Amino acid sequence: MFDPNELSIEMVQILDEHGNGDEQKLAAFSDGWLLDAYRAMRRARVIDERLLRMQRQGRIGTYAPFSGQEAAQVGSALALRNDDWIFPSYREVAVCLLQGMPLEQFFHYVQGRLSGKRMPDGVNIFPTQIIIAAQTLHAVGCAWASKLKGEPHVSVAYFGDGATSEGDFHEAMNFAAVYNVPVIFFCQNNQYAISVPYAKQTASRTIAQKALAYGMKGVLVDGNDVLAVYETMKQAVDAARRGEGPMLIEALTYRLGPHTTADDPTKYRRPEEVEAWRRKDPLHRLRVLLERRGLWTEAQEEAFVAEVNAEVTAAYEAAIASPSGSIADVFDHVYSEAPKLLAEQKAEVMRRKQAKGVK
Amino acid sequence: MAELTMIEAINEAMRQEMERNSRVIVLGEDVGENGGVFRATDGLLEQFGPDRVFDTPLAESGIIGTSIGLAVNGMRPIAEIQFLGFVYQAMDQLAAQAARIRFRSGGRFSCPIVVRSPYGGGVRTPELHSDALEALFTHSPGLKVVMPSNPYDAKGLLISAIRDDDPVLFLEPMKLYRAFRMEVPEEPYTIPLGQARVVKEGEDLTIITWGATVPLVAKLADEMRTKGIDAEVIDLRCLQPLDIDAILASVEKTGRVMIVHEAVKTSGFGAEVAALISERALFALSAPIVRVAGYDTPYPVPSVEDDWLPNPARIAEGIETLLRY
Repeated sequence: MFDPNELSIEMVQILDEHGNGDEQKLAAFSDGWLLDAYRAMRRARVIDERLLRMQRQGRIGTYAPFSGQEAAQVGSALALRNDDWIFPSYREVAVCLLQGMPLEQFFHYVQGRLSGKRMPDGVNIFPTQIIIAAQTLHAVGCAWASKLKGEPHVSVAYFGDGATSEGDFHEAMNFAAVYNVPVIFFCQNNQYAISVPYAKQTASRTIAQKALAYGMKGVLVDGNDVLAVYETMKQAVDAARRGEGPMLIEALTYRLGPHTTADDPTKYRRPEEVEAWRRKDPLHRLRVLLERRGLWTEAQEEAFVAEVNAEVTAAYEAAIASPSGSIADVFDHVYSEAPKLLAEQKAEVMRRKQAKGVK
Repeated sequence: MAELTMIEAINEAMRQEMERNSRVIVLGEDVGENGGVFRATDGLLEQFGPDRVFDTPLAESGIIGTSIGLAVNGMRPIAEIQFLGFVYQAMDQLAAQAARIRFRSGGRFSCPIVVRSPYGGGVRTPELHSDALEALFTHSPGLKVVMPSNPYDAKGLLISAIRDDDPVLFLEPMKLYRAFRMEVPEEPYTIPLGQARVVKEGEDLTIITWGATVPLVAKLADEMRTKGIDAEVIDLRCLQPLDIDAILASVEKTGRVMIVHEAVKTSGFGAEVAALISERALFALSAPIVRVAGYDTPYPVPSVEDDWLPNPARIAEGIETLLRY
């Protein structure tokens, strides 16, 4: 008989919350790599905080902040090649930035412009997914195509703990294992699906253990430890590229802010809980390590934050300075060629626009 | 020229497109060794092997959702939903995901999938196998909806659908799979999506129909001739894109319109056709438009389905009403 309580569940961790870790494992990471990882996380944090403020100022629309999840996102993305395929939910900003999404384009998206929809050619990131878990199946199909075509790309589905309650997640896991395709299911278990805590989301002790039922490997990793996430993801990606099939990674982390700018997390979680997780901040532990090694100083930190802030300002200003698009543009990418009735609707819009200056 | 049934024509279309393009693959429940529950995919696994034809796990959303990823990454999947009544489980993936990839990505990605599904009544199926749900999908921008009514059209339209760069829902009337044979050219050919077919020309009224009810309406129109009624019959073949010009040309000619379809009447695609006609050709009409359709109930049980579906008696009564006005 299978007893889930007897599952041995170990969490992969290299760097603890105080910046200490196994020296032998730490030795595998060069100073340059550690600095790159830290900069990517700090850049993401600065961007996230700015975006949150901009939303409060009414300069962008509803926004889903990701502060607290930088290590999970940066660590996993650093293990990928730029031509791998990413299937994000709405919270994977740091992943998308590392995979080639221009920051300016993201501003177009959060400002609700049509121009925010299109990733540059060559950037293999699927459109931001709003329907929970729907993208997990797209990732499996994409990985399946890579396998059929004999191409070495890996597809990664990003999702949260809430997505693991959806049917599509289970269908995706099942298809992926049956067809042994190069896909990684990367769950950022940030403890809440809007306001519903993990305990009400699933009765299984971990998400990683769900892999067992589908016949694939599942790993639980400290999602606030960028080194452990990278190491775990690298192993999964390398295995997938070797044709060893899919893997489920659960990165245990915490969303420090609200689900989106539309909800108030103080209604559903206690301040002590948030405070406890703040002490596990993924940026803090790496910074402690860098400072201890003499690789990073307060002055460097200040200069870097100023640099990123300038970058954000420039990207925002470039976005608002560019043409905002018009209602006439909505007809352009519905079909490969507009059917007659759709073309008539576009013509009607153009007529109105010309006659009245309507946008 | 061989005489084929519709199911044979569909099989031939897929086989020839798979021969032509190695990126065309077939997936669905029982489409492999079993050759599909209606034998639509018979022989494809043998000819093209297990890297082109896939018996999938039993999961409708999984079938459509993975097809989307396959298509975006360069494949041309032909997915089968075994009966259209099962499509509800894949509704998000079809209507909200496949249909919108092009739009959501600003034209960066397209989703060239064909979703084939048997639909329609009159064959005594169990619950939820017979539903005609085309209107759910004509209401989903980005999808094309094709409904053939004979073997020749089925082959030409399916080849067009497979070559099309947009997602196409290809609805096959179960009742017509083996209802009759027809000469079908052996070589591949296409019928453009969005072109209606004038089944029979006439002067007194226009009957607009599609899919399973086309042969029934065509036969009745022939019989009416002996009573001195000359009906024009139009088979829409595609609901999206819609051949509005063919509809209006006929309405302008006859001035009387009947719409026959087997989906439930309220919010059925017939309502859309009637609305378009009233928007564009109201003054050509000599009588209110008449619709003969399924009743506004769930698809019923076999013992009463012949009375539920548009049948000769109901259509004849509709024509009488239309001509008497």
